[in-house]
Amino acid sequence: MKQTISVLVENQAGVLNRITSLFSRRAFNIDSLAVGVTDDPSLSRITIIVDSGNSVVEQVEKQLNKLVEVIKVRRLDESALVGRELMIIKVSANKNNREHIMTICNICGAKAADISPTSMTLEISDTPERVRTFEDMMRPFNILEVARTGVIALQKGSGKI
Amino acid sequence: MEMTGAQILTEALLREGVEMVFGYAGATICPIADALLAAPGLGYTLVRTEQNAGHMASGYARVTGKTGVCIVTSGPGATNLITGIATAYMDSIPLVAVTGQVPSIQLGRDIFQEVDITGAVLPFTKHSYLVKDAAQLPRILKEAFHIASTGRPGPVLIDIPIDVQDQLVQDVEFPEAVQIRGYNPSVRGNDKQIINVAAAISSAQRPVICAGGGVFLARAEEELRDFAARTAIPVVTTMMGLSLFPTEHPLNMGMIGTHGNAAANKALAKSDLLIMIGTRVADRAIFSPDEIQKRMPNIHIDVDPAEIGKNMQSTIPLVGSAKIILQQLMERTLHADCGEWLSQLQALRREELDRTYPEQEGFVFPGRLLKLLGERLREDAAICVDVGQNQIWSCKHLRLKGGRFLTSGGLGTMGYAIPASIGVKTAQRDRQVVAVCGDGSFQMSMNELAAIRARGLDNKILLLRNGVLGLVHQSQTRPPYHGPFGVHLEGDPDFAAIAAAYGIPSLRLNREADVESTLDAFLAEPGPCLLIAEVDPAWRTTD
Ligand SMILES: Cc1ncc(C[n+]2csc(CCOP(=O)(O)OP(=O)(O)O)c2C)c(N)n1
Repeated sequence: MKQTISVLVENQAGVLNRITSLFSRRAFNIDSLAVGVTDDPSLSRITIIVDSGNSVVEQVEKQLNKLVEVIKVRRLDESALVGRELMIIKVSANKNNREHIMTICNICGAKAADISPTSMTLEISDTPERVRTFEDMMRPFNILEVARTGVIALQKGSGKI
Repeated sequence: MEMTGAQILTEALLREGVEMVFGYAGATICPIADALLAAPGLGYTLVRTEQNAGHMASGYARVTGKTGVCIVTSGPGATNLITGIATAYMDSIPLVAVTGQVPSIQLGRDIFQEVDITGAVLPFTKHSYLVKDAAQLPRILKEAFHIASTGRPGPVLIDIPIDVQDQLVQDVEFPEAVQIRGYNPSVRGNDKQIINVAAAISSAQRPVICAGGGVFLARAEEELRDFAARTAIPVVTTMMGLSLFPTEHPLNMGMIGTHGNAAANKALAKSDLLIMIGTRVADRAIFSPDEIQKRMPNIHIDVDPAEIGKNMQSTIPLVGSAKIILQQLMERTLHADCGEWLSQLQALRREELDRTYPEQEGFVFPGRLLKLLGERLREDAAICVDVGQNQIWSCKHLRLKGGRFLTSGGLGTMGYAIPASIGVKTAQRDRQVVAVCGDGSFQMSMNELAAIRARGLDNKILLLRNGVLGLVHQSQTRPPYHGPFGVHLEGDPDFAAIAAAYGIPSLRLNREADVESTLDAFLAEPGPCLLIAEVDPAWRTTD
């Protein structure tokens, strides 16, 4: 089962290294990991998606907690979180199919970010499922390149971790 | 006050109460050496290879309860220390290891004797620092000692580039306390769980306490003995928990595990409540945790929450310091009714303790030798044991009266015993200290006889000489393997001559009839002494 772990860490050099080293040493598999600074510049938030059973995820949480630079670790409630992923996707496009592509973009809430005589670069920020749907819809147009950020997430409501 | 980074280091060590540094010189720690020269309050032991600085600091830490300190140079000095650090990590020993580093502006350019030591030790340090600014050193040192020694202890590494050691800092202030927002180990046990534990104990018929090295680390030896005495619950220990109880203590059923005692393993297998205190369910101790977990409920007391549920699911998890939790438990009325169970186990234990030993012309059997050695040691003696058959025989047969048993349990590092015993002796000159080695392990650390001599120590070393890397030899002579390979110690030196070269006398032993008198002579020797006992390479640890 996919589970989302939100981790607050000291915004310092080497912290990410400790975390990724921990995952490889303990043989934990992660789907994605996204990191960025928070409103407090001394803190970064790392969002980790793990696809494992409960006991493994519990070990992940406990091992993360042991790192001195890790301040808080929370498993987010999957039924009440806001999770988003940004994808930039470049597809082959020309004057014959551009409009068709734009129709799909409109339906999926994606935007055109760049255009050339033979390609279009599109961006979408949405839940991982919807991002995947959009990617599937782009497949017939010959995908040239894809970049995605991995999911970032916060719990819904006014509470904070 | 104006100080260099190196002076800040030595001053901080003194403030932390450090009395002894184990180290080895090199170009990138010359500023630190200079500061040590000016700090006569800090003792210094020069090792003969950096790995042993880690082991000596470990022996020192384990008997004093203080944090062991080692200082080595960058590059090869730092990489040589790695085994010492990993050994300490696996056994949760508090160490602060300081390494020199190339000038900070040249970091990353692969200059002479540069290695990324913080990167290399990442998986087996509790924490590490690469210091870029000497002004941070007072805080970093305070944190390092705090982290190394609290919660679940472990090694912390501080890598200090030589320019940072030389850097002048104005108005140096040494913090009294630490503030690390991500580090707050819990010590007190959850009150509700304490009640659950007490209830579980009261309703058990065949409870067993399984105590590990965490009890020593928490300084909870007294509490554990009280707890066991008050409940009369039989006790088994892991290898790391040996010497928590005297061998002949009526509640002590011995060591569990692959190489453990029969009574202890039976106690574990047949119990109806397993009370684990300061033990991490390591594979050598609990071979099939899934089986055990299905068979009986277990209480798991550990200061490291990650150990609970890592190798075995726990019925009643209890996070906190063994010392505090045992005190909390003893505030309650505890009742265990397991007299029948205890006497069954005691009978089995007695049989094991009264066993006879094999005999072979020209050799002495280590089991009998170790039994008689233990009986002759002072009550508070420290015995440091290496790795191999010698370790397993020691665990099984030594008659401990208490004192302290030290070995490398988690990493199983050959060569640990001699340097660890030097560390112990350095801290406690009046304590009787004996190291037990095989001829393979002995040769991994025999260069440290120089440290014994240089510091005028009276360490005793028992060498079980069988001419092979015994434990591996033993496994290779059994299916699925087809015979010994690469385990014959051809070219072994004359060990008596080696000792003599360091000015250390030695004794030889190859007849059962001489064991008692030779042991007496060995222990009566006022200075250091090497006892070389001839052991049949065909003997197995199961004999
Ligand atoms: C540093 C290190 N290298 C290799 C091993 C693997 N090993 C485990 S026991 C052993 C044999 C030890 O031989 P010796 O010290 O002569 O003791 P004996 O088993 O004969 O008592 C070896 C090689 C180890 N534990 N540590």
